[in-house]
Amino acid sequence: MPVDIHDLHADRNQEWRNELRSRLSAKERSALPRVKMPELDARERSTGFREVNTGLSEELAMQEAKRCLDCAAPTCISGCPVNINIPGFIKLIEKGDFSAAARKLKETNALPAVCGRVCPQEIQCEANCVYQKMKKPPVAIGYLERFASDCERLAGAVIVPGIPEKVPIRVAAVGSGPASLTFAGQMAKWGFQVTVFEALHELAGVLSYGIPEFRLPKSIVRSEIAYLEALGVVFERNVIVGKTVTIEEMREQGFQGFFIGSGAGLPKFMNIPGENSIGIYSSNEYLTRVNLMKAYQFPDYDTPIVRGKRVAVIGGGNTAMDSVRTAVRLGAERAMIVYRRSEQEMPARIEEVHHAKEEGVEFLTLTNPIEYIADSEGRVRQMKVQKMGLGAADDSGRRRPVVIPGSEYLIDVDTVVVGVGTDPNPLIPRAIQGIEVSKWGTIVVNEETMQSAVPDIFAGGDIVRGGATVILAMGDGKKAAVAMRDHLLGKFPGN
Amino acid sequence: MNEVVERKVLSENVVMLVVEAAVISRKQCPGQFVIVRTDEKGERIPLTIADADRENGTITLIIQKVGTSSSKIAHLNPGDSLLDVSGPLGRPTHIEKLGTVLACGGGVGIAPLYPIARAFKEAGNKLIAVLGARNRELLILEKEMTAFADEVIIMTDDGSYGRKGVITVGIEDVLKREPVHLAVAIGPAVMMKFTALLTKRYDVPTIASLNTIMVDGTGMCGACRVSVGGKTRFVCVDGPEFDAHLIDYDEMIQRLNTYKAEEKLSFDGYLKSLS
Repeated sequence: MPVDIHDLHADRNQEWRNELRSRLSAKERSALPRVKMPELDARERSTGFREVNTGLSEELAMQEAKRCLDCAAPTCISGCPVNINIPGFIKLIEKGDFSAAARKLKETNALPAVCGRVCPQEIQCEANCVYQKMKKPPVAIGYLERFASDCERLAGAVIVPGIPEKVPIRVAAVGSGPASLTFAGQMAKWGFQVTVFEALHELAGVLSYGIPEFRLPKSIVRSEIAYLEALGVVFERNVIVGKTVTIEEMREQGFQGFFIGSGAGLPKFMNIPGENSIGIYSSNEYLTRVNLMKAYQFPDYDTPIVRGKRVAVIGGGNTAMDSVRTAVRLGAERAMIVYRRSEQEMPARIEEVHHAKEEGVEFLTLTNPIEYIADSEGRVRQMKVQKMGLGAADDSGRRRPVVIPGSEYLIDVDTVVVGVGTDPNPLIPRAIQGIEVSKWGTIVVNEETMQSAVPDIFAGGDIVRGGATVILAMGDGKKAAVAMRDHLLGKFPGN
Repeated sequence: MNEVVERKVLSENVVMLVVEAAVISRKQCPGQFVIVRTDEKGERIPLTIADADRENGTITLIIQKVGTSSSKIAHLNPGDSLLDVSGPLGRPTHIEKLGTVLACGGGVGIAPLYPIARAFKEAGNKLIAVLGARNRELLILEKEMTAFADEVIIMTDDGSYGRKGVITVGIEDVLKREPVHLAVAIGPAVMMKFTALLTKRYDVPTIASLNTIMVDGTGMCGACRVSVGGKTRFVCVDGPEFDAHLIDYDEMIQRLNTYKAEEKLSFDGYLKSLS
């Protein structure tokens, strides 16, 4: 989405900001060291589900904010899928007006406390920070985003912007993950009447069932939802669109626009022998039991989970890291990442890999499972793996793993978590007539507008992308909101 | 929402609840299920919809008390509510006129069998039901089945009612006697396994409806996976019905025992909390 450069300049040319900028020279600012995120000690944190990163203090945040050069043509913004006015909010932190910084974030981002925690800033905004050209560590934009939104929440001073004027048009979001929440927040701010439909009993999709408490406390997710409710968004739980209610029925009920953000909910397995043995989970199931159903508090909560002593997690993405770090917290004595490529090719964030290692996770890279061996009760006991080498680069630009013949060996395991990715959940594409679905099961949309082959249906997030990140899903939600607004208002002039 | 409007004890461990669920009552088809949760700390439990009343906006659920969650649900009284009810889930049974349909129900499996059997009868089939239970006290829905079925054969393990013997004895009598175009088997995994082995010998196409462990019920977790014809399928979105001759029952039985130890621990705690 294009950034309005005039708005940015007007924001930057405010008197207080000119004055603030002149307090320190660029040389002085760039000489300051990048702040380190305070975190719980690895031993202390790995026995429970408390949040690992504890957040910046006011002093640290204001000091880090000073590092931002407040560039006239900020490049960082181009790295942000929702185009946050990054220097704008950082300078408000430097000024000490944290509440205003939080409001600045919320102008473009409905979920800053979430993004500040789970976005891969190192490949987005921070990768585009001017410091990169100077071979210096970028401004810690993610930490500052988290700081500002946490301050506002902890102060209990969340301010809801006034809605300009109500638009008498009802729109629906299907699924309540990051794509839908962003869409909903944006449409509500423009005055549309938004209802979000969620299949589960809990809102927020992957933010609730997928990302663990120690990385994203659920209280934060709940407060972001409360903010959307204050904006007028209505949430309906336990509604499976396509089953409980169809799109046609929703049209009859008066909904005029639909955003499908139903996610990539179908776990992939590897289809190797023994994979249905007891103790072998998809990462979705493992994380859902723990995060959504609170199985780590069993038997106080009713949902159980196998608390493995020797746990192998297959895969090298963020979901695999979340799973293996969860296994550590459930009491695993040996928690392993088993990944068929090398650490360099791992898609997980560096921070997650680093944290996992600190917590004692072993990394068995260039290793691939080929069979699971169970006992007479069907419980997994061993895993046969083979070693891999790296061949020529594949389509993804990463070197392709190739089998080293004769390298098989056995590893003792009692729990395995398969985290090799997900496919789009077929329930919704199957249930909508006229929609175009790719061979991967994703919904085909116009990339500029996120509009599907059915004009009143837009889609975004993993149901369009396959498996991607929270922030890319949010970017899609935002794009779809802009396009749907134009579509609906163009369609109903005078409203 | 989700208020219990009627409760009936069907046998020592089996309870019928009629629950307010207007939208689901209009949407559901035979063979589908709901996921329910009793309270904030509760599990998500799949329950087959045994009946629905569109006019009153209710669905009927039949629950066998086996552990904490099922007992919590079974102990709800009229006026109480389930915290969550979502559905209808799963693919509906494919109902068509085939000729003679043999409906085989074991224990509490008679509950999900009931709406399917009735739908086959309404579609113009001759409907023969073979119902099995350990004893007379545990037999459920006999009257309801008899109301529409062309014939109902009762088998009890101890001979306290109907004929003495396992359900397959009664099934085989029918298979020997007359041509059957489809068999539907719902009950304990072992009962479905042996029913499938038997109908295979008589070349009778058979479907079984599976009740595996689930979490979300929408295809997201894979807890419910079973091997059917050597392929992994999800009971929640691909089922709950499959070709009974292709299901790997032994694997399914093992997987049903995943949380045996945990279930006992939880149930002991639950019983203690009651006393």
